[in-house]
Amino acid sequence: MSEITSKTIAQLRDGFRSGEFTAREIAESFNAAVAAAKALNAYTVETPEDALAAAYAADEARGSGDLPSLAGIPLGIKDLFATRGVDTTAGSNILKGFKPPYESTVTANLRKAGAGMLGKLNMDEFAMGSSNETSAYGPVISPWRRKGSNVGLTPGGSSGGSAAAVAADLAPGVTGTDTGGSIRQPAAFVGITGIKPTYGRCSRWGVVAFASSLDQAGPMAKTVRDCAILLEAMAGFDPKDSTSLDLPVPNWEAGLSSDLRGKRVGIPKEYRIDSVPAEINALWDRGIEWLKDAGATPVEISLPHTKYALPTYYIIAPAEASSNLARYDGVRYGLRESGCDGLDGMYKATREAGFGAEVKRRIMIGTYVLSAGFYDAYFTKAQKVRALIKQDFARAFEQCDVILTPTAPSAAFGIGETTDPLAMYLNDVFAVPASLAGLPAMSVPGGLDEQGLPLGLHLIGNELDEQTVLNAGLAIEERAGFTARPEKWW
Amino acid sequence: MADAGAPFRIKGDTGEWEVVIGLEVHAQITASKAKLFSGAATAFGAEPNTQVSLVDAAMPGMLPVPNRECIRQAVRTGMALDAKINRWSRFDRKNYFYADLPQGYQISQLYYPLVGEGAIEVLADEKDESSAKTIGIERIHVEQDAGKLMHDQHPTMSYVDLNRCGVALMEIVSRPDMRSPAEAGAYLRKLRSILRYVGSCDGNMEEGSMRADVNVSVRKPGDEFGTRTETKNVNSVRFVMQVIEHEARRQVELIESGGGVAQETRLFDPDKGVTRSLRSKEDAHDYRYFPDPDLLPLELDEAFLEDCRKSIPELPDAKRKRYELMGISPYNASVLTAEVETAGWFDALLANDVDPKQASNWVVAELFGALNRLGVSIAESPVSPAHAAGLLKLVSDGTISGTIAKTVFEKMLDSGDPADVIVEREGLKQTSDTGAIDAEIDKILAANADKVEQYKAGKQQLFGFFVGQTMKAMAGKANPQVVNERLRAKLG
Amino acid sequence: MSVSSEQVRHIAKLARIGMSDAEIDALVPELNNILGWVEQLAEVNTDGVEPLTAVIEQKLRLREDQITDGNIREAVLANAPEAQHGFFAVPKVIE
Ligand SMILES: [Mg+2]
Ligand SMILES: [Zn+2]
Repeated sequence: MSEITSKTIAQLRDGFRSGEFTAREIAESFNAAVAAAKALNAYTVETPEDALAAAYAADEARGSGDLPSLAGIPLGIKDLFATRGVDTTAGSNILKGFKPPYESTVTANLRKAGAGMLGKLNMDEFAMGSSNETSAYGPVISPWRRKGSNVGLTPGGSSGGSAAAVAADLAPGVTGTDTGGSIRQPAAFVGITGIKPTYGRCSRWGVVAFASSLDQAGPMAKTVRDCAILLEAMAGFDPKDSTSLDLPVPNWEAGLSSDLRGKRVGIPKEYRIDSVPAEINALWDRGIEWLKDAGATPVEISLPHTKYALPTYYIIAPAEASSNLARYDGVRYGLRESGCDGLDGMYKATREAGFGAEVKRRIMIGTYVLSAGFYDAYFTKAQKVRALIKQDFARAFEQCDVILTPTAPSAAFGIGETTDPLAMYLNDVFAVPASLAGLPAMSVPGGLDEQGLPLGLHLIGNELDEQTVLNAGLAIEERAGFTARPEKWW
Repeated sequence: MADAGAPFRIKGDTGEWEVVIGLEVHAQITASKAKLFSGAATAFGAEPNTQVSLVDAAMPGMLPVPNRECIRQAVRTGMALDAKINRWSRFDRKNYFYADLPQGYQISQLYYPLVGEGAIEVLADEKDESSAKTIGIERIHVEQDAGKLMHDQHPTMSYVDLNRCGVALMEIVSRPDMRSPAEAGAYLRKLRSILRYVGSCDGNMEEGSMRADVNVSVRKPGDEFGTRTETKNVNSVRFVMQVIEHEARRQVELIESGGGVAQETRLFDPDKGVTRSLRSKEDAHDYRYFPDPDLLPLELDEAFLEDCRKSIPELPDAKRKRYELMGISPYNASVLTAEVETAGWFDALLANDVDPKQASNWVVAELFGALNRLGVSIAESPVSPAHAAGLLKLVSDGTISGTIAKTVFEKMLDSGDPADVIVEREGLKQTSDTGAIDAEIDKILAANADKVEQYKAGKQQLFGFFVGQTMKAMAGKANPQVVNERLRAKLG
Repeated sequence: MSVSSEQVRHIAKLARIGMSDAEIDALVPELNNILGWVEQLAEVNTDGVEPLTAVIEQKLRLREDQITDGNIREAVLANAPEAQHGFFAVPKVIE
């Protein structure tokens, strides 16, 4: 039964429906795996009873032909999603003990589709980080290790717990969120698949906000098909979110096809960076060949403002965050530290004790760039450059249907290895432009580097064209034949 | 009340000072059932924190969705103030920390307000047309109200009630066009009147539906504007006028004693009638406005604007002009149009085709007097417009005299019966029966033979005496014209 | 532009984050490093470029005016560090 946990969502769905195994067996297998993997620190809360309850319901409903799409499938939920009555802390001390009296739209949709919850997944505090080291619960340890080394590696971030859980078979699929690469970079670091849909596809209602104009939820799983299955369940119009797209959810799984004949794949020349390890650029070239083999035509494109994407992001995201995180003031929920002088003292003491170093750093940057005299020079300027970056993509998609790049400029690094904030920010150099433009983008495993660590390939699609992204991802998945699994040490 | 003729001046040791006033009025959109960005109720006076949604409490991951009715009411208000409506506007976040502000920011409109420039016509002195003046409106923007803090419930704690938090406000910003407490008072009363005609805000200052931030500065006439202070949340017309008086004097004394006026936020103490500096709000005064990323730009189409336009009622100025064209005196017209309820009652009275001039005099003199005595509002008047019309008609068609009319009205007030019924029942009809009148006249002339002599000898003024005697004898019910005719005939 | 420790102290005050002088001194070079890096945006010619308002073009929807929420005081107060008599309680505010 242990190998149940290594199955894909599609396989579990079929096995459950055909009666090969019960939903209860599935839930129990994953509950056991989760309980046995504390060393990874992937989960902040375990909810085996929740997974079992959904399983019982699925087993009972099984006879009745019309099962919802995720009946019998237990999932891990990033701690950024509000889950009714279950601790939701965004990986922060300031939300210690917060039990939302509400359920996020995305997790409510997943539950409607029959999914159960295995637990809440560890993450960088308020999704600010690329290594999961900023979590108040301590870092997640990647199940992967370098050849012949037992140095603890990061699973990437901010959805690090989500990535580790899928890679270590602690969940068949999970939710992640992506503000500037937080689904794609960790997916690449642990050799799994993750997609960030078009901004507005997944409701932000009930998802703890980091940077509202960038935040977007998405699935992470073992395969492209599993991502399609999960995204179909997560997405959908939500009148409670003013930025939610009022569009029907396409049937992405049914639309899957790795036949890319007639498709043009854009290769942006600005993404060729010398400082990036040769094997990453080599994998990129292999990716181009795979897509050609699937019938696509590569075309060189230019995204001239690429180099300004990260600086733009590190003005806009902290600015929005500095305001979004003002509500954590010790009055209505979460931590309260009684300071010296009255209300203001309470605010200062609470936020000093409740926020970690990286969150404070970003609140400080965001507060500064919005402050009197600097607003136009920083924030307005950044929103103008952001408009240019969006325009770059619009022009590019006149010449191509999907864009291929590496997901990250490096493989997973060791915990504590990257101490300079700026160096850490550079992890998202390839991921951030698509976030600024609100475009669908996904990471699929491409292979291993010579240290035996996974590397990902990154596909960026046009607005609302998740299907082409998924299809190109499927073509790569079929050709890359990525079957490597981390050796179990936990 | 300042005499509009002479400009309002503060007399200082160094000469006369002019006061410059601008008002930022926060008017709650009481016309909407729900809040600006949440589905919680707006009704006043509910149990603490019972009209609070998870959005109002700024729970993590909660998002704002704007209420169409709030936008509609703000647009209608702008149209009523002849203001420019901006088809493209945007919500910005005003960031600051306070216990009544759960989000840590107020959703407001700094850069692209919903409503642009408009104007209000005011009369600083109702009785003096020459005191007419146009006060400019700079902008109206829509924003969230904050919650309420209670400081007197606990020795070391303040209590927070979020019921009001997120209720829609219109911030109506005037130009610094006012020059006296009287003008500011007239502006506020007129603005309140227009809001109530439009129905967007009930203008209830006691319940805080209307609060004014009072910007005051002083200068020597003709000089540049001086440094202004802003006194926040003043909640009555009288207080606003007090604040201006006090601030103007305080600033003149400061300047003349060699000090300077600090640009600051101040608070009014109604008990002492003074303002004091509000330092708590002063430190770290940097709101870091930026576009709210949870919302998109607000774009209004022609259909929406047309719907707003069509729904705007006749406003006080138009009504007043219409009344004046009917021959109603300017004073009566302004009194009758000041309050939407009064104008409504009077329009209902006019609908019974009574003579407008006669009707307006009667309402202002008789009805208002009676309502004051009874201490009831016109809405609660025991006499309906229809019954009042009945009374006025009996006078105009000569059925009863003006004197009798007063008696009939009193009886209408306590019985609620229509005038004609009372006149019938009490036999108060006026008579023109020459037979009856001649009979009385003959008695009176006979009884006063001496006066008749004097009259015939040329003492014309005695005519009035004979008329009075006759009316008295007829208990006021004789038709005065007939009495005059018959007396002239008999006295030759 | 580069920030001084006075500015950082002011920003920390605006953001209501208590910080020791040591923390502030440590932040000054970090912030200057990051700000110096983001300032490369100055190179970009943005003349006549409108700042981005909506990342995916769409119109703001307006809600109907209906009371659909409220009367959930227990839920609203459930997570409060200190609630008394149906209110949130905070350290006394002196105005
Ligand atoms: Mg103001
Ligand atoms: Zn305001």
